[in-house]
Amino acid sequence: MTSIHVQNAVFGLLIGGLYGLGAVGLSLVFGVLTMLNVAHGELIMLGGYVSIWLFTLWRLDPFVSVLVAGPALFIVGAGLFWVLFRRLIHFTEEHKIKNSILIGFGLALVLQTLAILAWEADERAVTPSYAGEVLALGGVVVPLSRLAALVLAFVVLGGLHLFLTHTRQGTAIRATAEDEQGAALAGIPIGRVYLIAFGLGSALAGVAGALVSVSEAISPAIGLHWTLKALIVIVLGGMGNIFGTFVAGVFLGVVESMSGFLFGNAYREVVGLAIFLIVLSARPQGLFARS
Amino acid sequence: MTVPRLVPPALIACGVVVLGAVPLFTSSRSLLTWGFLILLYIALAQSWNLLGGFGGQVNLGHAAFFGLGALVTRMLWLKGVPLVLALLAGTAGASLAGLIVGAPSLRLHGPYFAIGTLAVAEILRITAGNVFPEVSTLPARALAGYHLAPRYYLALGAALLTMLAAWRFGRSRFGYGLAAVREDEAVAEASGVHAFRHKLLAFVVSSALAGLTGGVFGFYHVSFYPQFAFSPLWTFDALLITFLGGVGALWGPPLGAAFFLMLREALAFRLLEVHVLIFGILFIIIVLAFPGGLVEGWRTLARRGY
Repeated sequence: MTSIHVQNAVFGLLIGGLYGLGAVGLSLVFGVLTMLNVAHGELIMLGGYVSIWLFTLWRLDPFVSVLVAGPALFIVGAGLFWVLFRRLIHFTEEHKIKNSILIGFGLALVLQTLAILAWEADERAVTPSYAGEVLALGGVVVPLSRLAALVLAFVVLGGLHLFLTHTRQGTAIRATAEDEQGAALAGIPIGRVYLIAFGLGSALAGVAGALVSVSEAISPAIGLHWTLKALIVIVLGGMGNIFGTFVAGVFLGVVESMSGFLFGNAYREVVGLAIFLIVLSARPQGLFARS
Repeated sequence: MTVPRLVPPALIACGVVVLGAVPLFTSSRSLLTWGFLILLYIALAQSWNLLGGFGGQVNLGHAAFFGLGALVTRMLWLKGVPLVLALLAGTAGASLAGLIVGAPSLRLHGPYFAIGTLAVAEILRITAGNVFPEVSTLPARALAGYHLAPRYYLALGAALLTMLAAWRFGRSRFGYGLAAVREDEAVAEASGVHAFRHKLLAFVVSSALAGLTGGVFGFYHVSFYPQFAFSPLWTFDALLITFLGGVGALWGPPLGAAFFLMLREALAFRLLEVHVLIFGILFIIIVLAFPGGLVEGWRTLARRGY
């Protein structure tokens, strides 16, 4: 491996961490509610705008904005659940999936248009003073802000894992994901669990969006791109599997980056689709799922 | 009481003759364009309805097949291939893409088909933009001989073909099998219906007709970026029209298309971006509160004896 390959792998790893974090919220919502919110990427876009807003208004560091973007998107998500997705909880599993996809599709368009009306269609970016600083390791360059975003993504996932395994609320969420009727019989208020899970999934999208704004441009149109990455990552990692999802995100990032270098940037997206179709045919439970 | 029984075949034949005669009596650009657009959107939405309505499978990447048809047809036609062959090639390309995406994803339960189609559409859109970044404009020779009437007739043909397919889907052995799969796949399988084959065939027919419709669009449009034919808005328009009119109903897409285009004309005139917002909200409301659309509303009124 020459250093240019290592460099490509490093860039893939850094963006892949964000793919993973972007997908985890969607995976959590699907695991608990059996609803697929295809407007998840639009929530990531909103998280990005929170960070851009705070930076433009008060020069707030995007890594600090994460603390605002998370709770703000929690509220947005809880509101969306209360107004829209709550109406689907008594449907059969198949209808829940189908109708949540349809609603999400309409919602994506609504959120994207609202963003255009509020902030215009231009691309925006956050430019803190340390934006261009890099860490040079031999012949390989690592942008510091992207590295910090990756580390923070990992910390957030660790926190999520601890929350789900070590708190009463987290246990209630896992119990509901496992067996909704059993959880209700054991006295868990599953309506509230659904609300919290949906809010939490959206908050994770908000955090992901704020971290995306550190290294990528934000515009109203980026939502579909991030939804797509999240969906491919979830299929690779296995539905509802948090660490599998993160590993799959990193995997997709590295593969995309390497194939962009090998086949030319025009075709780098095609590789993701090809992997996706191969995994569906050969291993539909996901590449990194245990069962 | 269903709509087809209210509208006897003779009336339908009259309607087709009238639609076919329109270009003979008028050469008004705006009237022909309006007719063309309604027919194009009927074909677009009805081709989605074949799988989405009659088969119950949510295809979020209909634009991919429309776009493939538009791209292949236009490129071949501009290179001098006879139009009919170019349209056939576009149709074949779109149905092949349907087969490649459908074969792995329709076998699985859950959201895999919706995810797969969404992915293929977005990836083809980006790739089309990367590989063909230049705007595609008709050369002067083609512009000099540009007439709306043949475009109108092609759109009429595509609309009639999709309507015919939907009519067969509603009342054939295959169509009943597909409806059984939509209602309950396990029960359908237990009664001897091969669910996967029914879904896959419906998807291939649906994507082939979307490709044909795209080809008609590629032949019609004077100048557009190839990426534009892959825009997710085509998928959204197909869904909105179908849901407006009535999902899985033969007369849903024509009703929905007429309503959609009138509303769009009225809204886009003064509101620009906001009309997309209104359509998005309208779509969500229909899905949540009025899943039967206009056709269901009509039936309810008919049942009450109005």
